[in-house]
Amino acid sequence: MNVIARLTGIAIVVAGFVAFPLVFSNPTTTSIAFFTLVFMVAATAWNVFSGLSGYIALGHAVFFGSGAYVLAITAEKWHVAAGWSAFELVPLAGLVAGLIAIPFGFVALRTRRHTFVVITIAIFFIFQLLAFNLSITGGSSGLQTPTPLWTAVGYNQRFYYVVLAILVLTVAFAWFVRRSRFGLQLLAIRDDEERALGLGVRTRRVKLTAFVLSAVPTGMVGAVWAYFLGQIFPQFAFDPLFDVTVALMAFFGGLGTIVGPLLGALVLEALQQEFTLRFSAGSVYLVVYGALFLAVVLLLPRGVVPSLASLVRRARWAR
Amino acid sequence: MGSQYAKAVVDGVLTGGVYALMAAGLTLIFGVMDIINIAQGIMVVLGAYLSYSLAVHAGLDPFLTLVVTIPALFLLGVAVEWLFMRRIPEQERTSMSILVTYAVAIVIEGVLTEVYGVDYVQLHASYVDRSVHLLGFYLPYIYLYGFALAVVLLGLIYAGLYLTRFGQALRAALQDRRAAELVGIDVDFVRTITFGVGIAVTAAGGMVFGATNSFNPNSGYDLISRLLTIVVLGGLGSISGALVAALFMLVLEDVVAVAWSPTWSTFVFFAVLVIVLTIRPVGLFGRAATRAQ
Repeated sequence: MNVIARLTGIAIVVAGFVAFPLVFSNPTTTSIAFFTLVFMVAATAWNVFSGLSGYIALGHAVFFGSGAYVLAITAEKWHVAAGWSAFELVPLAGLVAGLIAIPFGFVALRTRRHTFVVITIAIFFIFQLLAFNLSITGGSSGLQTPTPLWTAVGYNQRFYYVVLAILVLTVAFAWFVRRSRFGLQLLAIRDDEERALGLGVRTRRVKLTAFVLSAVPTGMVGAVWAYFLGQIFPQFAFDPLFDVTVALMAFFGGLGTIVGPLLGALVLEALQQEFTLRFSAGSVYLVVYGALFLAVVLLLPRGVVPSLASLVRRARWAR
Repeated sequence: MGSQYAKAVVDGVLTGGVYALMAAGLTLIFGVMDIINIAQGIMVVLGAYLSYSLAVHAGLDPFLTLVVTIPALFLLGVAVEWLFMRRIPEQERTSMSILVTYAVAIVIEGVLTEVYGVDYVQLHASYVDRSVHLLGFYLPYIYLYGFALAVVLLGLIYAGLYLTRFGQALRAALQDRRAAELVGIDVDFVRTITFGVGIAVTAAGGMVFGATNSFNPNSGYDLISRLLTIVVLGGLGSISGALVAALFMLVLEDVVAVAWSPTWSTFVFFAVLVIVLTIRPVGLFGRAATRAQ
């Protein structure tokens, strides 16, 4: 595919996303679209670290929840007015998430792959327990965020565009990493860490940097999410299902690709929101979700995007 | 005050035995297959619910329900291994298995929520609510029976590992897959059976868990995070390590609960893991101990 065709394609997709809430302005639809974009950011950010390095992190809810609490706490302490000014706290939330990721990654990345997974889960539960028990987080009664006085349609549209802006930046960042020397070093770690080390890749530093970088967008969307909902509770801000959801989304579409996590989040999150609306109990979607993922593992073992790409390539060769 | 701590230690040992059994299944699966079974927690809950249904609807004694639930979960384990685990490409096994077993866990959680709802339930029997006065402590019968059951089943696992031909094959597969295949061991068969056995212990663990705690389909998360902490502390793949770590962690948790508060005891549970792994990235009983057993 040549560059112009590719750029045109990207421009059309972006235009489609920009136009979406203007065409479908129904608040129910736009709120589904909002949550979908949040997960597209989270899955893309997760993929920058886990997809490229092969270290499966199941603790990114730490960054999501921390971002959410940073916004709620700072908005309250600094008396930030409801409205656009609260969005200015979003980069701060990303920064704090990144700072948290430094000691978190430093401890977790000392261990090998399978232990790494377990320690990320353990650290996740430590954060959830802290959110439940510290006085600054309001414990199990949670925290309120400022409520802007926008109309239902305008409210959703504003939040949608803020997340869309974060998404564009995150995808551009992921693309840049994927194409950079740094991205190649991560892929080398995924394929053979010992050999990468032997060839002069500073594996520790590269892994930690990627881990921290992937925390920042996650914290930012966590903050926007908290502001959108108006109130947060520890069990939803630090949700174990979030940890695995982003991983499943990235895998569903294709680990280590740019389009994969976007597609995975688009399909799975929209599906989940739709199910939650139809069956209020919310347990049907768990079954569908898990079953869909297992079906992908069986039928397209490398995720949808890479598997389809290789199918297309094979079809071309056959001709 | 002193007797309060002694009681906490005794309680910790008794519950630790049951956790040791559940963790043994998890670590056995990892040792042979390089698979971290995230679904272990929800399978404990599944075992608890199966026992609960049989006790409520068929009027069976909780311990008697194991005759049904242990084979049932064994078959579930075999089915999961056959359907999914053996289809994962070898070089991505560890990371992929985590996602796949997590997906299995989500499906089971969804089904349990559909069938049983989210209200907390607990298994009941005459001995669940009664205690015995022993060595100056009041100990509920169920803790003693549960501990005894865990000891018996762990003894059976050890006997199976060290006294049978299959156990020999399993230990060979655990040490070196290729070498085991070369001497004629059907490693795929060993793996399937190991996965089944590793899951089957959750039936017993679940029954005791369900009789000593109230539970709902969400309880799986709490369980799996504890079990993972235990097996990592003990050194992945080491059964003896898991036993020691289970007893140590559960005693520690109960002592902290007395000394400080139950809320922070859970915190200490995970904090210990983080601290230990910062100092010793391979866990308390490292890889060398794992393979020698």
